[in-house]
Amino acid sequence: MIEGILVEGLVYGLMVLGVFITFRVLDFPDLTVDGSFPLGAAIMAVMLVNNINPFLALLVVFAAGVAAGAVTAIIHNKLKVPNLLAGILTMTMLYSINIRILNNRANMPLLKTETMINKVVDMTEGILPESIAILLLFVIIIAVFKILLDLFFHTDLGLTLGAMGGNEQMVITQGVNPELLKIIGVGLSNGLVALSGAFAAQYLGFADVNMGIGIVITGLASVMIGEFLFHSSKISMLTLRVLLGAILFKGIMYAGRYYGYYINMTPNDLKLITGILIILSLIISKAKKGVR
Amino acid sequence: MVELKNVSKVFNEGTVNENRAIESTNLKVETDDFITIIGSNGAGKTTLFNLISGNIFPSEGYIAINQKDVTKVPEYKRAKNLGRIFQNTTLGTAGQMTIEDNMIIALTKGFKGLRRSLTNKKREIFKEHLKHLDMGLEDRLKDNVGLLSGGQRQAMTLLMMVLSKPDLILLDEHTAALDPKNAQIILDLTVKYIHEYDLTTMMITHNMKQAIEYGNRLLMMDKGEIILDVKGEEKKNLTVEILIEKFHNIRKKSFENDEILLS
Repeated sequence: MIEGILVEGLVYGLMVLGVFITFRVLDFPDLTVDGSFPLGAAIMAVMLVNNINPFLALLVVFAAGVAAGAVTAIIHNKLKVPNLLAGILTMTMLYSINIRILNNRANMPLLKTETMINKVVDMTEGILPESIAILLLFVIIIAVFKILLDLFFHTDLGLTLGAMGGNEQMVITQGVNPELLKIIGVGLSNGLVALSGAFAAQYLGFADVNMGIGIVITGLASVMIGEFLFHSSKISMLTLRVLLGAILFKGIMYAGRYYGYYINMTPNDLKLITGILIILSLIISKAKKGVR
Repeated sequence: MVELKNVSKVFNEGTVNENRAIESTNLKVETDDFITIIGSNGAGKTTLFNLISGNIFPSEGYIAINQKDVTKVPEYKRAKNLGRIFQNTTLGTAGQMTIEDNMIIALTKGFKGLRRSLTNKKREIFKEHLKHLDMGLEDRLKDNVGLLSGGQRQAMTLLMMVLSKPDLILLDEHTAALDPKNAQIILDLTVKYIHEYDLTTMMITHNMKQAIEYGNRLLMMDKGEIILDVKGEEKKNLTVEILIEKFHNIRKKSFENDEILLS
């Protein structure tokens, strides 16, 4: 059980890192996520079924996610559309594209397909129990991405991206094209989201066009829960906080799913709970600001 | 250095809210000019800066910087030769980032790559520069800029601007939001940097005495036009009385904006 929560938290944590980049670093609330998450899942599923090298598949997934994010940023930049609307546009278009990728089906099972997870489980058979092997795999994968992201935010480009959300005028004054920065930032975010979708498909054993519905809200809820854990302005601490928030969120959802029936709750109520969690987070952080 | 030919800017053209912010203006800024600009609210001073920096494009006319036509060049591209400081002290720096991160972004203009430029050597250079500000910032490299006072932030903005080596700087009432003591510190620092780095300067001010005391050239704006351009000897001998007299003769009306006289 605890391994399950941890693994789910880590798999979705990659998506939450993407949401953190757009919502918190860039101040660009991006809803493309609801489409780019199943996009990653769909591409991964199709490539695995066709026996393509999983590492190559991950590269393609990342590139497709970046492209999806770039489309949103370009719609916002060039047509002067509000960022929320630009994201919804891309997300809606992706729904059709995802069905096409899945060969005009809404769902693709991976139960009989060799995934990265099966391979690791096979390799460690007899040495490690299955659940521990899977947990270890994702701890390593997510740690690598977290460290890469931390390094990126220490480069000149990463720092400029950080300045962008707080003060666009400063970025312009320094001779940097803010439109290009938005493409890079939203692209990177959706690249991570698509990767998260690709891992989720392998973990769940299927890809489904509807697996992205409301995912940006769960991402936002995770970011907000993480923000209650501790205060820091160091990027490595902020990304750690995001991942811990994602795990905590999955824990809360798990509790809702398994113990909710005591108060007559069903799994269908989880989206309502997620929304209430966000509203509560907003109220608490507002009250905290009032005290200060 | 900067040349404006017949530049006009009309906002909301053809509507009831039409606003002719700049009327066919001609201006030639020479290299090493230090121009002070005065004028009442709505005279078009900030619009003039917005046009030069590329924040907005002119409705008519031609703008050149360093003999190059920049009429339609976007702001971020012009920014490579340009420094601009605003009245709002938070616009020049990123408040949620540390002093050293802000400075490393300002060090080179233009697109930033995947290098990690922030080295200990750079930190030493930053410390040296910050020490000259005499504000104790050299020991606070890892503090967020949001923790600094308005005066400290504006001093950092100035320092970051000169580090990026601009040719022309536009100062838009950059001391107006500060208390008198800090305003003087920032103004002194500005003058020091202008001489140290040979900067061509345009400075908007609300303070007529300041406009007369500083610089080698004075522009007075009214209703979107430059109505007075004083330089050389004439500028040196200028007094507040002469300036008001001149305005009266040109516009055939008394100076209505008390704010300028009182400050």
